[in-house]
Amino acid sequence: MAGASLMDTLFQRTLEDLIKGLRQQLIGEPAFISKAMEEIRREIKSTDLSIKSTALLKLSYLSSLHFYDMSFADFHALEVLSSPRFAHKKIAYHAISLCFHDTTPVLLLITNHLRKDLTSTNEYEVSLSLQCLSKIANVDLARDLTPEIFTLLSSSKVHVRKQAIGVVLRVFEKYPDAVRVCFKRLVENLESSDPQIVSAIVGVFCELASKDPRSYLPLAPEFYRILVDSRNNWVLIKVLKIFAQLAPLEPRLAKRVVEPICDYMRRTVAKSLLFECVRTVVSGLSDYESAMKLAVVKIREFLLDDDPNLKYLGLQALSTVAQKHLWAVLENKEIVIKSLSDVDPTIKVESLRLVMEMVSETNVAEISKVLLNYALKSDPEFCNWIIGSILSTCSGNVYGMIVDFDWYASLLGEMSRIPHCQKGEEIENQLIDIGLRVRDVRPQLVHVGRDLLIDPALLGNPFLHRILSAAAWVSGEYVEFSRNPFELVEALLQPRTSLLPPAIRAIYIQSAFKVLTFCLLTYLLQRESTASSSWPDNLQSGVPSSDLYESLADLSVGNGASATVTPGEVSPSASLEKNNFSHESIVNLLNVVELALSPLSGSHDVEILERALNVLGFIDLIKEKVLNSSAHKENSSEGKEVEVAEIVQLMHDAFSEELGPVSVSAQERVPLPDGLILKENLIDLEAICGDIGLPSPNSFSFDSTSYEETVGISLSNLEIKEGLEQSNESTSLLAEHRKRHGLYYLPSDKSETISNDYPPANDPRSQDIATDDTNDLIKFAEQSFAPRRKPSHTKPRPVVVKLDDGDEMPIVTKKPDPKDDSLSDAVRDVLLGSETIIGTSSQSNLSDKPSSKRKGKEKQNRDLHLELKENLVDDGNPSSRRSKHHSHEKERRHKSPRKKNAEERRDNGRKEKQKSSHLHGRHRQRADEPSNVSAQIAVIPDFLL
Amino acid sequence: MGIRFVLMVNKQGQTRLAQYYEWLTLEERRALEGEIVRKCLARAEQQCSFVEHRNYKIVYRRYASLFFLVGVDNDENELAILEFIHLLVETMDRHFGNVCELDIMFHLEKAHFMLEEMVMNGCIVETSKSSILTPVQLMDKTS
Repeated sequence: MAGASLMDTLFQRTLEDLIKGLRQQLIGEPAFISKAMEEIRREIKSTDLSIKSTALLKLSYLSSLHFYDMSFADFHALEVLSSPRFAHKKIAYHAISLCFHDTTPVLLLITNHLRKDLTSTNEYEVSLSLQCLSKIANVDLARDLTPEIFTLLSSSKVHVRKQAIGVVLRVFEKYPDAVRVCFKRLVENLESSDPQIVSAIVGVFCELASKDPRSYLPLAPEFYRILVDSRNNWVLIKVLKIFAQLAPLEPRLAKRVVEPICDYMRRTVAKSLLFECVRTVVSGLSDYESAMKLAVVKIREFLLDDDPNLKYLGLQALSTVAQKHLWAVLENKEIVIKSLSDVDPTIKVESLRLVMEMVSETNVAEISKVLLNYALKSDPEFCNWIIGSILSTCSGNVYGMIVDFDWYASLLGEMSRIPHCQKGEEIENQLIDIGLRVRDVRPQLVHVGRDLLIDPALLGNPFLHRILSAAAWVSGEYVEFSRNPFELVEALLQPRTSLLPPAIRAIYIQSAFKVLTFCLLTYLLQRESTASSSWPDNLQSGVPSSDLYESLADLSVGNGASATVTPGEVSPSASLEKNNFSHESIVNLLNVVELALSPLSGSHDVEILERALNVLGFIDLIKEKVLNSSAHKENSSEGKEVEVAEIVQLMHDAFSEELGPVSVSAQERVPLPDGLILKENLIDLEAICGDIGLPSPNSFSFDSTSYEETVGISLSNLEIKEGLEQSNESTSLLAEHRKRHGLYYLPSDKSETISNDYPPANDPRSQDIATDDTNDLIKFAEQSFAPRRKPSHTKPRPVVVKLDDGDEMPIVTKKPDPKDDSLSDAVRDVLLGSETIIGTSSQSNLSDKPSSKRKGKEKQNRDLHLELKENLVDDGNPSSRRSKHHSHEKERRHKSPRKKNAEERRDNGRKEKQKSSHLHGRHRQRADEPSNVSAQIAVIPDFLL
Repeated sequence: MGIRFVLMVNKQGQTRLAQYYEWLTLEERRALEGEIVRKCLARAEQQCSFVEHRNYKIVYRRYASLFFLVGVDNDENELAILEFIHLLVETMDRHFGNVCELDIMFHLEKAHFMLEEMVMNGCIVETSKSSILTPVQLMDKTS
């Protein structure tokens, strides 16, 4: 046995061998590693600790650099950890800190190892275990090891004390009650004169303060002392970070620190410290004018520096300034604009952010225009950054920045045509949103929508499909503003719509339906008005005729409005004259729709199928009558006429319901009807429905019988085939149609042939133009960012519908993290509860012996308090028990668990009693404390500042 | 938590050292390293040393064939982190003498050890080269 072990040791591959092998790569990396892993799995089971540890070392190497799972070795790592040799321990600790985490099953077995090493006399063992604890501590470990850490916090060895301070952060985070025990010692370390200790402790406080700055206000004098005394830039940077958090909370403190900080800003040569000063001033002390001015000067130096790092940081600092002091940004606008064309995307994005900060009501149009032009020439990624930030800036605060919505609608249209644009979803949302909210913009929206719809080229670009769906919806919903509804129908039903995804195509069809209804209604009304004398008052059964007149009047108003928006652009066929709705044109329209949709009545997509059938059914219903009525003239078939009018009016009414924006929380406000159980368990249904075998809903489609015979061919293939058939059929039909009604077709001949190739996007011009552009940009910046008076708007800002309860998504009030909360509670308890102590100690720094004595006592109290808690929690959990009990436990393991627990409880109880009788008096004293705390919270004593 | 991770990656994109200060699964690590390496190694000399990634920032610096990448929270001082990287390199240089990629490959545990002396819980706790190296050298002697 021993011999075999010796052989193993001799022939075991060391980590070095492994790395060399990896580098040679004779058999390829994966093969080599899997062979090595095989070896490791064998070796790690060895009883020889040196073989085991070498295997573990190799495993951690492969795990950390080649992502091999090492969780199988969790327990082996613990075994290596128990080795008395330091080298083994080191390997084990490294492996453990690499692979253990909160849910590792054997995590709790490590408690005793850690405790043993934490109390070891070898300071390097202590430091290894502290480092490990800082990575793997969970609630139980943190709770169980708090006393040891407390002891180490005042260790005489600086090396150990420093690392104990480092580990505290993790312990506090996992087990906030540790604060009550350790915090005093932590604060004592803050007063230390050892630079190593100070640099560690300041880092810890910086982290703590960033979570809950208010609790650390009482420590301000200590931080101030460090700020003034320390010569270590690392420490200064951390202290500055703390003050950036504290200063906004306490004006007197801000007043106090502003001078030293400015001093550093003027004197220091270290850029990192300088930058931190600047950042502290702009984020925490922005009310101090002289400091701000100095900071802005420094920012400008950064911006002008050749080092791209400083430039970036300067821009970043500026964007912090921007919210409060826009002048600082405007002062540097040239550099900011120039940075838009920097070689570095990080800098570009940062400067774009700043440019967007400068946008205001008066210059939003110009800036957007320039940026969009710039976007055309930039690389796709930055192009989308630009588009995205324009969209979010303009839509912010319910379009608060937009005055001229007609312009904005056209801007959205322009954006959609930028070749790299990938913000379809956002543009879609905004197109619909402003349609809903702003009544006055609808004519322009319809116009923009029309331009998008009639362009067959756009249909081939999948990124635009969402925008097109919005355009289709808008055109259908607000069709009354359209100048040429016939054209819209053509566009909505053009053959290339087969390129759209089914859901969007369904929207197209539905919109075509709306347009069709509108045309029919207008036509009927028109005829009615021409023959009004012959209309008897027999319409009462359906719709009162006055209503019809009204809506007709509405329409003409609408048309008038749309005509005024862009006069001169109206093509002869596009003007919506009353007599344009001739009988012939309506019949044509019906034919067009019927032709385009009849192939879709066999569509495999339910949405398309349903919508198409709806429209076709509607046409069936009225077509005959409309045709007939013309043949016999009005007087011959009045009854039918009325019927048609009724149907059309009914349809129109269904569509003309005004849609408004809906609050996100609207659903919540609907009261739950009695007897409706929303959370009913529907599992029983499965038994009933199970044998029916419903097809999955998302692939719901119809199979015509003819297809059922062809087994083996996938459905999707069939769909494609049929799609082609349909489209071929429709193409020929449409070609025929086109011959007859060329007038309503677009000049493009692409719509005739089905080709999926997307016409080449107008290529962005080559990059060398970019430099010219920057010059343009700068010139432009001269003009547009200059603060100037608000031009008197020719048009007043239209009404924008807002919801009472705010339009933004309700920010789900994040439940305060109970841990964080309890952490800050604990800190506050400790700090404010002992504020006077700290106060006096800092007042009389030299003679703080009495106070430290008292601190010691208090600590003991807290220790006890902690223990009490621990025992309560721990009873069911013997594995995390203190080592004292451990040996007993092992003996008792075979006894019934209940008995064991009872015994332990008794055991603990006895101990408890002893201790508490010792410290009883003090314990009571502690109970009195909270009343002091509440009295002191409000008063932040003057002598601190 | 200040520093979230420290990576050393060579020009070919192979990780030479990885130290995380928050728990990530192997898959997350693999994805993260892939993304970061792709992002940072593609950048040119004259571009700045900071890259925004997800909700944090990467500060990186190249020494010969090796990239040092440090992931930090957004409010961390980027220049200080650059100094930290430099300090790390200097420390290793002092220990190995003219440090190169191979040193780190073959003495990964030592590099880890130095890093652990410098950073705990994502906080920089030690910035003096000699205090960092004392325990490392002591361990060299004993073993």
